[in-house]
Amino acid sequence: MLSEFADKLQQNENVLQREAFGNDFKGMDNLAGNNKFQKLAPTIEMAPVSNPAEFLRAHTDDSKNPDCAIKIAHGTTTLAFRFQGGIIVAVDSRATAGQWIASQTVNKVIRINPFLLGTLAGGAADCQYWETWLGTQCRLYELRNKERITVAAASKILGNLVYEYKGAGLSMGTMVCGYTKKEGPSIYYVDSDGTRLKGDLFCVGSGQTFAYGVLDSNYKWDLSVEEALYLGKRSILAAAHRDAYSGGSINLYHVTENGWIYHGNHDVDKIFWETKESEKSFNNVIG
Amino acid sequence: MSPQHGSQPIQHQFNPYSDNGGTLLGIAGEDFAILASDTRQSVDYSINTRLSHKIKVISPPVTKEMKLESTDIVGTKNSVLFGTNGFSADGDALTKAFEENWKWYVHDQNSNVETGFEFLNENNEEKESFMSMQSAARNVQHLLYGKRFFPYYVHTILAGLDEEGKGCVYSFDPVGSYEREQCRVGGAGASLIMPFLDNQVNFKNQYIPGTNSTERRKIEYLSLDECLKLVKDAFTSVTERHITVGDGLEIFIIDKNGVRSEYHALKKD
Repeated sequence: MLSEFADKLQQNENVLQREAFGNDFKGMDNLAGNNKFQKLAPTIEMAPVSNPAEFLRAHTDDSKNPDCAIKIAHGTTTLAFRFQGGIIVAVDSRATAGQWIASQTVNKVIRINPFLLGTLAGGAADCQYWETWLGTQCRLYELRNKERITVAAASKILGNLVYEYKGAGLSMGTMVCGYTKKEGPSIYYVDSDGTRLKGDLFCVGSGQTFAYGVLDSNYKWDLSVEEALYLGKRSILAAAHRDAYSGGSINLYHVTENGWIYHGNHDVDKIFWETKESEKSFNNVIG
Repeated sequence: MSPQHGSQPIQHQFNPYSDNGGTLLGIAGEDFAILASDTRQSVDYSINTRLSHKIKVISPPVTKEMKLESTDIVGTKNSVLFGTNGFSADGDALTKAFEENWKWYVHDQNSNVETGFEFLNENNEEKESFMSMQSAARNVQHLLYGKRFFPYYVHTILAGLDEEGKGCVYSFDPVGSYEREQCRVGGAGASLIMPFLDNQVNFKNQYIPGTNSTERRKIEYLSLDECLKLVKDAFTSVTERHITVGDGLEIFIIDKNGVRSEYHALKKD
């Protein structure tokens, strides 16, 4: 029964391929013109050397080689935690390329669908590209199965994908957050090493330690929604203050059984002084 | 072993990249967008050419009527201004690849329906086939990410009008992460000009006088003339302080009337 189904899928795949490539099956390697354009995803090209991963590292890894030519934009502090009222997701918005602040207005939360969010830390392009790709896979799942994909399954698609590319040089640390009836609110941490973990609370990125410091010491399962939103924002603020690679502004989300709710963009410069004033905190800073 | 030729192992590395310098700048206004670049191309301390083109106007056909209206039109309002900066060979390759995709896309959409097939066109009106900026940007992401493990060494900026006719600028890192912005500078002069533009376009760190730095200046759109002034000032200034920027300044302006270009000389030293 199952094998019959698999055969059918394979046949379908063949038909699709023939439609896309005509009779020229060999053409898959050297696509041209419209066929090439109409392919949903590009085949990814490698440098023509014996060790492409080393080539990539030599030219793009600014932590190993500060003079490298291509500086890839990197993302920074992100957090997500589960609590009584659902999930809170909070992220900063700074992107750096070496010492250069490439942008202060990066969107580090990718809205996979109305019930699923993905956070972005590490290589900006890797996360942006593969999480939008994950969005297409989740939509296809929905169309095929007439129900929304579980967070477990969605995160596993991403996990399997990055594991295929293990060692090639992808860099991403992401949290797939969402709600389904079957699972309730759940968070999966997925990174480019292939790690995939289910958990209640994660901070990811260069500012993770600073965020953990605030989050761990104030976190309770029974937090009210308002308290939880504030704690998420406050933890990122701490990271933005102490980690040079984090900053800009803070984006806040709350995931409930009715999907995610966006709770706005908060300028770090503005809320830093407000927080200092209202909490009487940040006394290390004069002013 | 005595030091002689061949006794030391020589490590060779495959380096297919060079840095051709130059600067690229895009600003989006309310109903227009600007993409500008200098025209110098250099390698190390030598100048290859003083008139290279880093920006390509990718446009549906410009009709005779449009040319009659104004002679200096080089593209329609549905054009994509496509700029690359960094390694010019990669930039040219990327521009070409995008242009091809753009042509196939426009061809496949085919809003200009052939005679006899008018029923395919809802109101049977003359429509120009084009690619929206959103789609163009997503396609460029795919092109760049397609070389994730052997990247194009380029900083890419697109400028055009969005579906509401508002000016828009999209900027990309070398492997395809992208964002829509009000303004962006790429290339050699980025670190010199970008902070200036943050201040002058997005009014960063500007406060209303007399409020003791508590009330920020409200963001408002700049006029085309104000933007052009900023662009020229930015380029003359960066020419003074960066060796790979100079010779000429090429500015493309897109608005509801189409695309036109300006050329201004920059210092040749």
